[in-house]
Amino acid sequence: MANDPEEKQPSPSPKDDSSPAKPPAAASEPASKPAAAPAPPAAKPPAAAAPPRSPAPPKEGPVALDNDLVKRYKRKFGEAIREAWIDRKQAILVVERERLVEIATYSRDDEKFDWLSDLTAVDWPKRAQRFDVVLNMYSLAKNERLRLKVWAAADERVPSVQGVWATANWQEREVYDMFGVVFEGHPDLKRILLPDEWQGHPLRKDYDILTQDTAWVRENLGIESGQ
Amino acid sequence: MADQRIPFATHADATVLGADEIILNMGPQHPSTHGVLRVKLRLDGEKVIGSECVIGYLHRGVEKIAEHRSYTQFAPYVDRMDYVAAVSNGLGYCEAVEKLLGTEAPLRARVIRTILTELQRIASHLFWLGTHALDIGALTPLFYCLREREEILKIFEKYCGARLTTHAFRIGGLQYEAYDEFEKDVERFCTPFDKRVDEYESLLTENRIWVGRTKGIGILSAKDAIDYAASGPVLRASGVKWDIRKAMPYAAYDLYKFEIPTGKNGDTYDRYIVRMEEMRQSRLICLQAIENIPAGPILGKVGKVLKPPPGEVYHAIEAPKGELGYYIVSDGTTQPYRVRIRPPSLINLEAFDKMIRGHLVADVVAIIGTLDIVLGEVDR
Repeated sequence: MANDPEEKQPSPSPKDDSSPAKPPAAASEPASKPAAAPAPPAAKPPAAAAPPRSPAPPKEGPVALDNDLVKRYKRKFGEAIREAWIDRKQAILVVERERLVEIATYSRDDEKFDWLSDLTAVDWPKRAQRFDVVLNMYSLAKNERLRLKVWAAADERVPSVQGVWATANWQEREVYDMFGVVFEGHPDLKRILLPDEWQGHPLRKDYDILTQDTAWVRENLGIESGQ
Repeated sequence: MADQRIPFATHADATVLGADEIILNMGPQHPSTHGVLRVKLRLDGEKVIGSECVIGYLHRGVEKIAEHRSYTQFAPYVDRMDYVAAVSNGLGYCEAVEKLLGTEAPLRARVIRTILTELQRIASHLFWLGTHALDIGALTPLFYCLREREEILKIFEKYCGARLTTHAFRIGGLQYEAYDEFEKDVERFCTPFDKRVDEYESLLTENRIWVGRTKGIGILSAKDAIDYAASGPVLRASGVKWDIRKAMPYAAYDLYKFEIPTGKNGDTYDRYIVRMEEMRQSRLICLQAIENIPAGPILGKVGKVLKPPPGEVYHAIEAPKGELGYYIVSDGTTQPYRVRIRPPSLINLEAFDKMIRGHLVADVVAIIGTLDIVLGEVDR
C-alpha cells in the first residue's frame, strides 16, 4: 500500500485490502474544506514527502537487508539468523530463540552494541508463534541502532538476556507482566507494574478491557457494570 | 516482617535476616519519593545492604490505551507520563509517528519545537533542583527555582494555553503559530538566566552541607551505567559523553552549537553539576534559535486521517531525564498496533539498588532525588 500513491494518483486505497468504508471518508474530507487545492491528498503523506528526498525512498516499509553487518552475523551464526530487513532505515534481525543469549553476547562484545535501549514484545495472536520479543540495541562506539527479534509461542520460553545487559531485568519483568512471556534464567521473574494477584496479561490482544471491567465491578462491587 | 519472606532481587538468601538486620519500608506515601514509589530497604543498623523498588502504583495502562486510539487521539496521553516535561514527551511521540509516516515537520516548526523543548528541559531541571535540594535539607533553592520555572510556564501558557500537560505539538508540525511576542519573551527569560544559575550555584556548589551530602554518594561507574542502560544526565555524570541531540540529531538541533557536559565520578554531586551546566547550554540553544526563526509553514502535509504504511519504527529523543524512546508498530490502520514507550525514569531507577548499597538511610532520598524520576513516567 505504500506504493500506491507513487503508481496511481487518484485514489489512495485502490488495492487497500482494509475496509471499504475508508475511501469515502477520505474523499469526503477534502470536499468539505474548500481551501485545499489538491483534492485527494488527504491520505497520501508518503507521496508528499517523497519528492524532496533523494531517489531511494519509493518504498516505506520493510525491505530485505543484506549489508556487511548482516553478512557478519550470518557468517557467525548461519541459520540462526532467520530474517533480516530494513524498515524506515532501521535494521532488524530475526534470530533463533534458543541462541538468543549467544547472539546477544556477540552483539554486545564484538559488534559493540553495548547499550540495550529497550526490550519489549508485540503480540500477533493469529501467528503460530504469537509473540515478537524485541530488543532495541544501541552502539555507543558506532552510533548505530540494531533491532533483534525472536519469535515465541505462548508456551515457549525465551532465554533471559539479563546476564548480558543488567537493564533487561526489569524490562523482562515488564514483558512477563504485560504479555505473559516467560524468560528462562531470569533471577526474579514476577510482576512489576501490576499487583501480584492480577489475572491475565493486559497487553495481549485478546485481553479485553471491557471484560476486565465487567468482571471487576461484579466481583468487587456486587453490581453489573454500566459500561 | 521477617517471616513474610520478602524476596530481594539480588539477594538469593535475603529471606534470612541477620541478628542486626531489619527491613524498612519507605513509601509509597513518602514525601521524598517524588510520588508513589515504594522502596523496601534491608538495613544493618543505619546502613543499607539491599533494596527493592516496588513500582506500579500509578500504572494507567498507557500502552494499552494507545491501541484503542487513533494516532492523533493518543498524542495528549503522552503528556501525562512525564508531567514535569510534557513538551518533550509530545516531541518524541510526534516525531516517531512522522517517521512512521515517512514525513517530516517543516523547518519553522522544528525550530519552534526545539525552543519549546529546551525551555522545557530548563523547567524540568529547575523543578528537579528545587525538590532535590529540598530533600537534602536546603529549603531556599526551591523558591528561586520555581520563580524561574513560572516564567517558562507562562511562555507555554501564552503559546498553547496550557502550563503542564501542554500538547504543544501536532503530528506533522505545530498546531499554533508562535504568538507575537514569543521571541521577546524567550529572550527576556534567557538573557538573565545564566546569572540565575550562578545564583543557585552560589547557594549549593560550595556549600559544606551540600557537598557532604552529595560527594561520593550513589556512585555509578561508566561501565555500570552502560550495563544498566542509564541515560541522560545520569549517564553523562559517569563520564560517558553521549547525548542523542548530538549523536542522532532530531528537530533542529543540528543547527545549533552546544556542549555536552560530563562528570568524572558518577556521584550525586557530579550529576548536580552536569544538570546545572545543561541548563546553561539549553539557554544558549534557545538564544541561538530565536535569533533566526525561519519563515514558512508550521504544519507539513499530513492527512486528517493518519494511516501509516505497515511497519515499525523506534525513535528516541533526549528528554530531560534521558533517552525517551517510542517503538511504534503499524498494521496499516488508523490505530497503532503497538506503542511501546521506553521511559528514561524507569530504566534509570533500575540502577538504584546498585547505587544505594553501603550508604545510609538518609542517602536514600539523595539518590532518589539525583535520579530525577517522575513516577507518572515510571509506571505509565
